[in-house]
This record gives sequence, structure tokens and C-alpha cells, in this order.
Amino acid sequence: MKQGIPALLIIVLSLVGIVVINSAYIIDATEQVVVTEFGKPVGGPVQEPGLNWKLPFIQKVDKFDKRIMEWDGYPSEIPTADRKFIWVDVTGRWRIENALLYFQTLHNERTAQSRLDDIMDGITRNFITKYNLPEIVRSTNHIIELSQTKDDEDAHLDVEVERIDTGRDEITRKILETARKVVKDYGIELIDLRIKRIKYNDTVQKKVFERMISESKRAAEQLRSEGQGVLAEIYGQKDKDLKKITSEAYKQAQGIKGKADAEATKIYGDAYSKDPEFFAFKETLERYPDSLRDAKLLLTTDSDFLKYLKKVDA
Amino acid sequence: MEINLPNEGMPKIPPMKSTPLIFLFVILFVIFSGAGSLFYQVSADEVGVVQRFGKYARTANPGLQMKLPFGIETVRLIKVTHVFKEEFGFRTVQSGPRSVYAGREIDQNRSQNFRLNNRNFANGGDPFLEESMMLTGDLNVAVVEWIIQYTIKDPVQYAFRIRNPRETIRNMSEAIMRLVVGDKTIKEVLTQEREEIGYEVQRKLQEVLDSYGLGVAIQNVILQEVTPPDEVKPSFNEVNEARQEKEKVVNQAWEEYNRVIPKAKGEAEQLIRSAEGYALERINKALGDAERFNLSLAAYQAAPVVTKKRLYLEMLDQVMPELREKMFMDDAQKGLLPLLNLNQEHQGVEK
Repeated sequence: MKQGIPALLIIVLSLVGIVVINSAYIIDATEQVVVTEFGKPVGGPVQEPGLNWKLPFIQKVDKFDKRIMEWDGYPSEIPTADRKFIWVDVTGRWRIENALLYFQTLHNERTAQSRLDDIMDGITRNFITKYNLPEIVRSTNHIIELSQTKDDEDAHLDVEVERIDTGRDEITRKILETARKVVKDYGIELIDLRIKRIKYNDTVQKKVFERMISESKRAAEQLRSEGQGVLAEIYGQKDKDLKKITSEAYKQAQGIKGKADAEATKIYGDAYSKDPEFFAFKETLERYPDSLRDAKLLLTTDSDFLKYLKKVDA
Repeated sequence: MEINLPNEGMPKIPPMKSTPLIFLFVILFVIFSGAGSLFYQVSADEVGVVQRFGKYARTANPGLQMKLPFGIETVRLIKVTHVFKEEFGFRTVQSGPRSVYAGREIDQNRSQNFRLNNRNFANGGDPFLEESMMLTGDLNVAVVEWIIQYTIKDPVQYAFRIRNPRETIRNMSEAIMRLVVGDKTIKEVLTQEREEIGYEVQRKLQEVLDSYGLGVAIQNVILQEVTPPDEVKPSFNEVNEARQEKEKVVNQAWEEYNRVIPKAKGEAEQLIRSAEGYALERINKALGDAERFNLSLAAYQAAPVVTKKRLYLEMLDQVMPELREKMFMDDAQKGLLPLLNLNQEHQGVEK
């Protein structure tokens, strides 16, 4: 019998162990649990992390995440109010607010995710179709204020933009609010919801690209002809400046010369008019040598020079 | 089972002495396995978040650390000084260290779905383009590639508040980049406001992540390549070329202008200066002439008759030798009879 004691001990210990393992459970800081007794929930969900106890074998523990979880929707093609077809991809963040309700209505996350898909897709669709594309793309009218102070550089990139009243921020907030009320029934709190991506559908995108291309081509053409325009303008300016410079210089030079002429004339006049007769006499005499060089001169004897030729006393 | 139960004396088969040996093995095993889970190492760039029975207990600093064994305490190592990087619209070919996150089966399925979606969304296109292609506020399309860098500022929050933090950071980064770009014109996005967009996304992303209590600090949002879509690129390049062409033409025109105008200005200056020279000359000459006249007048007035005659004769001195032919005629004679005709060569000329 002696040798039976340790064996018995092992059996007892392992039985105790099995019971303990079956009645103790750990709740991680990221988890919460719902305890059920033959499928019937016992008490509320337990959120406090740590070591907990339950009735072994009878009670069962279902663990749920307590953290914020991701929901990433399927992109869906939705027409906007202005008949533009876009792909909208929405993402959200949620957590299990009421684990018991969540457990009862959805049971597990797979179901939850697909339920969220259905709910969000419907609500997103409802809202997107109500608004024009600019409302969904933009949040503010910043662009319009900007375009009023635009410079002409890159003018081809300026497109008419329409004023928005609601905007993306507000639309996503509305979707979030609506969806939040719906998912509450599943014990889910929707924390955030955002439009992750918006994209034109292929047909629209092709048209948009075509528009961008044609606008660019037009802009390129415009730039080229602007270049030629500026060229002509500069050449014109050059001709003008050239004529201005030369004519002004001519004008100034003539003025200077004229003034000098006038002054000289005045100086001569002042001097010579003191004795015009002497002036005429002197100036005339001075010119004779040059003028009469190589000339034939016929002098009569009554000239002053020859008068003495005839007689001494004239 | 039925057979085993009456056979309770199973230990009867091994000899009595072996029983303490089994106990020894069990005890040794327990000690070794315990020691193995007793110590753990925290690297220099990490902290250890320790949980006791799942509940947060403490944060352990780098070094060799101890915890209670047998799964009573568990530890998660979180890199707090590491700067994590996420790329959007492209991937660095040699993938760097990836952030470690506890992925659950459902997460993986989920991201599998997501990837499949992605393919649908792209219509078979480049999945990176799906990340980077976005609508601008003026309803154009731009391809924006960017990176974000972040650090974990609160390891406890990071560990417990949110599942799959990395995907949340990625999703929100995309959503907010599109939100910000959606409020800009393509012109702003392509050219002027790259930095500003980065700052704005960083600020808004931080706000959102803080509202989740994610425990990360966004260090940087940096826009990388920002381009028009491939289909549109050639025409955009054409615009750039045209702009350069325009600048070139204009520069050439100015070059021509600058070549001609300064020269003309110089010539004009020259014209004016020479006119001024003329003026100086003219006036000085006049002054000189006047002075000379005045002086000779003064002398003349002292003895007018004599001076006059003298001047006359002096003139004749100069004139007479230079004359080719001189003819003298009596004033009483009416015909043109030469008194003297000494110049022989002249006859030839006359003929």
C-alpha cells in the first residue's frame, strides 16, 4: 500500500489541476469576456483584465477584443448627384461597446465585419448620391479664395471651381452619425469613419484625362504664342527706344549748336557793329588774297592803287 | 479504461526506487522551464510592457529583466526609439525592418480581402497607384507619393488601445492626405504647397490618432514624387517645354534689345558731346574774332586814314604776286586795250 500513496497523490493533484484550469481564466488587457452557462449569459461582460474565476465545466467564456478595431470597406462605384461615377472606399474604426449584445447579435468578428460592410455601404451610398462631386472632394472653399488672387503662371491649371456648401468633412460626419446609430444595436461603437479613397471610374477618368490633356495643349500653344507676342513687343520697344534715343540726341545736339551759333552771332554782331565800315573794309581786304589767287585782274588807272601811276597828286 | 481502473497498482510495475527519480525529473523540469520564462532581455531601443495575468503591471527599461514565470507575467517588447516609416504609392525595394504587430487570423483574412478589393478597385492596375492617385479640389487627378515617419510615444497605449496600429496609421494617413489634397488645386499640389500639405497632413493625422489613443507621434509627413498621371504627363511636359521656349524667345529678344540700345545710347551721347564741342569751338572762335576786331579797331581809330591805306597796301602785297594776269587800263580809255600782257602761257589758254 505504501507505494500507492504517491500515485494517488499524482491523480488527486492532476484532478485538482484540471478543475483549476477549467475555472480560472485570464483576461488580457486587450480583451473582454462574456461568461455563459449552458449558452445563457451570466452577468454582464467582464472588462477588467486579470485572473478571474468561473464555475468549471458548467460556465464557458467567450473572449472579445476590447481594442479599437479596423473596418475597411469594399470600394463601391457610386454616382454622385451630378451624375459622376466614382469609386468610394471608406474606412472606419470601431470597438465592441456592449460585448453581450455583440455576442448575441453577431457572435463573432467575421459576422460583425460583414454586417458593418452592409451597413456602411448602404449609408455611404445614400449620402454620396445626394451630393455633387465637388462637395465630396473638397471640405472648404479655400480654392475659390485662392483663385481670386491667382497669378497667371500655370494659368492652364486653373479650372472653374464651384462653391460648396457641405463639404467632405461634413458629409463623412453625417455618414458617421447615421451609421453610429445603426451599429449601436449590435453593441458596436463606431469611433470614426473616413473616406479613404475616391477615384473616378474608368470612363470618367478617361474624360478627365482628356480634358487635362487638351487644357495643357491649349496652354502650351498659348505660352508659345505669348512668347512670340512678347518677342514682337520687345522688338517694337527696341525700335521705339532706338528712334527715341537717336532723335533726342539729334534734337539736343542741334539745340546746342543753334545756341552756340546764336551766341557767336551775338558776339560778332556786338563787336563788328562798333564800326561796320571798318569791319567791311577789313574783312573784305582779308578775303582778297585767297579769292583773287590766279585771277586775271583788270585795273583802271583811276583805282587807288594806280592813281599814282598817272600823277602824284590826284 | 474499464481495464485500467482496477489496475490501479500501475506503479507496481516499476521498482519502488524509481519513484523519487521521477519526482526529481519533474522538479528539475519545472525549475528549468521556470528559469527560462523568468528572465528576459529588453534591447536598448525597446521597453517591455509587462502584464500580470493579462493586466498591465509595469513598463520595463532596457537590460536584463525578471518577471514571474509560468505565464503569470508576460512581456511585450515595443520599440520606442525606433523611427517607423510607412511608404505610400511606392515601396523601397529592400524592405527595412517592419514594425512588429500581433496579427490575428481574422486580421490576416481581412487584409487578404483588402488586397483582393484593391485589385478590383484598380481594375487590374498598379496597387501602389491606388494609394497615390487622388482627386484634387479642382477635380483633376494627381499622383502623390509620400512617406510618414512616426515613433511610439506611449508604449502602453500602443500595446493595448488599438488592434493593428500599423494598418490604422496607414488607412488614416491615406484618408487625410486625400482630405487635404482634395482642398487644393492641382497647381498647388504639383508645385507650390508640397511642404504645407505635409505639415497639414501631419497635424491632422496626429489629431486623429490621438483621438484613438494610439500612442504614436507622427514625426514627419514628407511628400515625395508628385506628378500628374502618366496619361497626362506628356502634355504637362509639353507645357513646361513651351514655357521654357517662351522664356528662351523672350530672353533672345531682350538680348537683341540689350545689344542695340546701349550702343545707340552711346552714339547719342557722342552726338551730343560733339555738338557741345562744336558750340565751344564756335563761341571761342567768335570771341577770338571779336577780340581781334576790337583790338584792330582800336588801333585803326588812332590813325584811321593811314591805317586804312596801309591795310590796303598790305593786301595788295599779298594779292599781286599771286595773280595770274594783271591788266592795267587808263580810266579815260573806253575800250578794253591791255596795257601790259606779259604772260605768254596765257595765250595758249585763250586759244
